[in-house]
Amino acid sequence: MGEEEKELHKKILATDAMKQLMATYYMEAKAAEGDDKKPVCWITSGAPVEFLVAMDIIPVYPENHGALCGAARMAVDLAEIAEGAGFSRDLCSYARLDIGSAMSRGGPIGGLPRPDFLLCCNNICGTVVKWYEELAVYFNVPMFLIDTPFVHESSRRYAIDYVAAQFRELIEFLEEFTAGSYDAERFREVALLSKEGIGLWSDILRLSENRPSPITCFDAFIHMAPIVTLRGTARVIDYYRALKAEIEQRVEKGISAVPEERYRLLWDNIPIWYELRNLGHLFAEQGACLVADTYTTAWAVEIEVDDPVNSMARAYSSIYLNISIDLMFKKVKALIERYSVDGVVMHSNRSCKPYSLGQYDIARMILSETGKPVLVIEADMTDSRVFSSSQVHDRILAFIETLHS
Amino acid sequence: MYFAGVDIGSITAKAVVLDNDTILSTSLARTGHDSRNAGRMVLEEALGEAGISEEDLAKVIATGYGRLNVDFTDEKVTEITCHARGAHFSLPDVRTVIDLGGQDSKGIAIGDNGKVIDFVMNDKCAAGTGRFLEVMAAALQVDLGDLGSISRESKDPAPISSVCTVFAESEVISRVAEGVLKTDIIAGIHKAIASRIFAMISRIPVNEKIVMTGGVARNSGVVDALEERFKTRIIVPGMPQHMGSLGAAIIARERSNET
Ligand code: SF4
Repeated sequence: MGEEEKELHKKILATDAMKQLMATYYMEAKAAEGDDKKPVCWITSGAPVEFLVAMDIIPVYPENHGALCGAARMAVDLAEIAEGAGFSRDLCSYARLDIGSAMSRGGPIGGLPRPDFLLCCNNICGTVVKWYEELAVYFNVPMFLIDTPFVHESSRRYAIDYVAAQFRELIEFLEEFTAGSYDAERFREVALLSKEGIGLWSDILRLSENRPSPITCFDAFIHMAPIVTLRGTARVIDYYRALKAEIEQRVEKGISAVPEERYRLLWDNIPIWYELRNLGHLFAEQGACLVADTYTTAWAVEIEVDDPVNSMARAYSSIYLNISIDLMFKKVKALIERYSVDGVVMHSNRSCKPYSLGQYDIARMILSETGKPVLVIEADMTDSRVFSSSQVHDRILAFIETLHS
Repeated sequence: MYFAGVDIGSITAKAVVLDNDTILSTSLARTGHDSRNAGRMVLEEALGEAGISEEDLAKVIATGYGRLNVDFTDEKVTEITCHARGAHFSLPDVRTVIDLGGQDSKGIAIGDNGKVIDFVMNDKCAAGTGRFLEVMAAALQVDLGDLGSISRESKDPAPISSVCTVFAESEVISRVAEGVLKTDIIAGIHKAIASRIFAMISRIPVNEKIVMTGGVARNSGVVDALEERFKTRIIVPGMPQHMGSLGAAIIARERSNET
């Protein structure tokens, strides 16, 4: 590749701003530890953070921290601490490394700030319930659980009412906990900010519909951190406005994410954090661009500002991991069509059972209904001990050879 | 015009030299610790047998795990594509390839033109591979090459529940201690492998026309057990271990015609 060309595929400039944003977020959260006026809440990735933001509680995401530890290749050491304490290796590696980090204060940022309470929503899996119960005992803090019924065909009214009722209970809990009062107007503002941030994020992802695509899912995996951790704040909006403008410019100038885009692929499941860079290179070298994924789109929930509590009850109940395989397939199919993909790469993730169970069924549906080939690779999002690089790379190369007809 | 394909697997390295459509020569040697050297050795041996030299080759393609560090060609193709092409060339109406090699097992569904439609490979597990059988043969103190004929004598295969190499080895040792006949234990091992492979291959479209390649195809006991499981005849080509290198040579020929 010549210098000029290299310049063309240069990294996204907003990356530095994102790193800054995340560093500030973690610094502020860590500084709040022990400060009574700034409660810290550990929260699951699919929980309605807007309630916390509206009451000036600092949300901290063990799963995002898990991704950080994975990318820094520090996850295994942390997981081994939890395993030494008796946690099974079959347990989700986010849970293991989080517990290990809590016990040792280890990891790239020296562990997360101690929580004042926990907010757990089981819309992503059942693991989080037991994991957070462990944390509640370990830190001796209260845990609030939101139970979201599984969606088989469509969200039922009674299920939405049930979740909305729990949201109202959550409000009471938060008022009691902070000795503050809930302000519906402020909540609407946060919901509006959340909606706007989500809108911008969705717009950015949609720019990959362009051919060649200006970004890959590997970029999306990195730039999703703010929508996960800072959703509902104004900072997110500033950041995504800048990112969107930059990506739009790439589209205008015809800057592609991979040097020669020959194949457009869809990624399924959580990224393999410790392999992000290597996989990115491998696909790029083959002219394969992962234009979309089922993961980063999970944060594109729909919120109605006029009825935030009920619309959020619906939105948070029907996220990707809380719906049936048939509904998952519908979403995958829509992505295949929208992004005009040539094939699908599924990461069968040893850690994440709700994400990985059913992948072979979905793969069969994809092949029979869209004719697109599917590759399944086996790994774990942060536990590199179960990853065999030569086997996975070989399989990816073989898959790309099959696309080349 | 002459073409060559070299397949450097985990246990053996293979080479095939083609004169257009005709196989001129083949060679096979253990890979050992130096896969690069093994690749060169088998290539030279096959060239010697064909009576030509490296300069006479229009193109060489390498495949297999050791393909990445050979010095005689820049062109590398994965063994999935090569096995499919080799099997299609030898038996044009075959649509499913079961390849049981030294360190991995795979299933490949091929289309009318020899193109790969779908494939599966085992993961981090030696069950059903040459390595697994080597460990079992050692535990039973029989020759690897005799496993097939010994198992054919069994009337009552012993149930072997584990297909993990480590667990199966201890299971086999305790069966021996219990006084179970070696013939029955070996037949049981072959059955266990067949169930495992059947489950894996069932993830891809399986056609009745199945060919089996790789070193394990030389074990008639595994082939019998697979036939029983798949309820169809399984074809073993004359040189089951050379399908990958043959496929590589054919791709070399195709690519050289393209340019
Ligand atoms: S099991 Fe999956 S959804 Fe649950 S915490 Fe682990 S990675 Fe997240």
